[in-house]
Amino acid sequence: MSPSMPTPELSRLRLGYIPLTDAAPLVVALENGHFEHYGLDVSLSRQPSWATLRDKLGVGHLDGAHLLAPMALACSLGVEGVPQRLVTALSLGLGGNAITVADNLYRDLQAAADGQPVTAAALATVIARRRAAGADPLTFATVYPTSNHTYLLRYWLAAAGIDPDRDLRLVVVPPPQMVQRLRQGDIYGYCVGEPWNTLAVHEGIGCIVAAGHDVWNNAPEKVLAVGAAWAQRYPATHMALICAIVEAARWLDESPEHRLQAARLLAGPAYLNLPVEVIAASLTGQLTIDQRHTRRELADFHVFYRYAANFPWRSHALWMLRQMVRWGQLPAGTNLLAAAHAVYRPDIYRLAVARLGVPLPAVDMKAEGGHRGGWKLGEGTAAVALGADRFIDGAVFDPADVGAKVAN
Amino acid sequence: MLDGYQLHLMPVLPMNPAPLRVMLVDDDLERRVLVAGALASAGLVVVAQLGTADGLLRAVSGCTPDVVIIDLESPDRDILENMRCLSRDNPHPVVMFASTSDSNTIREAIEAGVSAYVVDGLSPGRVHSVVEVAIARFRQYASLQGELAAMRTSLAQRKLIDRAKGILMERGRRSESDAYHALRKLAMDQNKTIADIAQGVIDTAELFK
Repeated sequence: MSPSMPTPELSRLRLGYIPLTDAAPLVVALENGHFEHYGLDVSLSRQPSWATLRDKLGVGHLDGAHLLAPMALACSLGVEGVPQRLVTALSLGLGGNAITVADNLYRDLQAAADGQPVTAAALATVIARRRAAGADPLTFATVYPTSNHTYLLRYWLAAAGIDPDRDLRLVVVPPPQMVQRLRQGDIYGYCVGEPWNTLAVHEGIGCIVAAGHDVWNNAPEKVLAVGAAWAQRYPATHMALICAIVEAARWLDESPEHRLQAARLLAGPAYLNLPVEVIAASLTGQLTIDQRHTRRELADFHVFYRYAANFPWRSHALWMLRQMVRWGQLPAGTNLLAAAHAVYRPDIYRLAVARLGVPLPAVDMKAEGGHRGGWKLGEGTAAVALGADRFIDGAVFDPADVGAKVAN
Repeated sequence: MLDGYQLHLMPVLPMNPAPLRVMLVDDDLERRVLVAGALASAGLVVVAQLGTADGLLRAVSGCTPDVVIIDLESPDRDILENMRCLSRDNPHPVVMFASTSDSNTIREAIEAGVSAYVVDGLSPGRVHSVVEVAIARFRQYASLQGELAAMRTSLAQRKLIDRAKGILMERGRRSESDAYHALRKLAMDQNKTIADIAQGVIDTAELFK
């Protein structure tokens, strides 16, 4: 630990997580000794549902959680029932999700695509045919109402003219149950984090039709969420946690070999308890997407550190809040900017990582959607390398539309 | 005087509401039976009992429960969270019990391992009593499990001590009570439990076999 770092107020901590590949920074921080290095004795506690994670965080049974970014915002706004003030000063990474459909639906989509790659447009054709034949709407699943899985799936559908509420039936299924539900025919498709897409392909029942990256390049995903009161009471502990996890994230993005090592760690019975190759596929960006073993290379499938991935962009928060309004989860008059400011705390992140030599943007917001490739934010030595941020429909999300100041 | 009061106390027939319909979701079959029994004796109708992944969504639309009591550790909770959202398939939004309750009860419920979802618009008092019954039974079950575990441990320990006493009686030609006292003295001297000392005696005896 750096000598100038204040001593953490707490040494023993319990962090909750859901069995997903994007919990990797927490697992690596524990297994590779990053927590220990910062004077923290952390235990990771696997949780069965997002609701349980939230409730245990609320009563203090957990100090922090690997949480869906929109859920941290929704809790604070009372969308989740009792308002529960959470904050996040750390994004756990970008991307990590995909959309998978059942093999039989995939064949219909391929026929509809007529030799072209399968897109949501093919799904729109299949839906129209089914409706004409008087069939029930197809059921698709996501992992939680206020999740980026919900928003990415809805965005992908809506961009192809599909009305997610009229043309489909959307339900919630816990990630570890997705593959079984698909096999039983309860659902025809889903949007979930890895390894639960690759597992469906691996088991011969599903095909990946889109990566989250195709819907929004380098989209935000999980955050480290803590209670607002907890953050106030234990600032040094909070900063030590952030530093340890950022170091783990940096290690994860250092080399493909590190990604493989992480896959081996996550495969263990204490974490995902699945074959290493199922987890390694997305971690190394080498996906197998269908039953013909078609390969897809996507180096940015998971980004843990590059592109300032750990920075809690308030523009990301605003995009998610806008999705809540778009899909009727939040009333239109809600003060989104105030919520983004209260929950997303780039100020704490900057303070925590000041000594780590981590590239730091000078602003808290950026317009999303304008970059097809990597780009630089800021000038000279202060420039920060960021990734592509294109949306599937080419739209640009300008936080200025919500009344927020933005960097160009 | 009294007569007048009695007149007042004549039972005014209340608007007797139909008993609440409760659904139980718990993978622990023993606990489920215990909770279902308690709810039934409290005058509630248990419309369905299921475990994880038993098709919760279909069951909810089929049985139309007023209250769903679900194990806090059940992955199916997120399915119910989704039912909080209004949709075509779900015209009667479900609210989490927590949003009709005070923070103390929420904490008690979470600590006991209970979560609950209720149809919006039910009187908080009626729901509260259902949840209280569930909390009490979950607690009772946890303490029973604790006692069982303690009994199993003490039974195992007693067996160890008996075996060690037997060894000391046979090899050291001591009476049973002398053997026991020797074990106890060593335990006190070394600040260990008698069972630990007994295990040591058994292990040592194995070496000399």
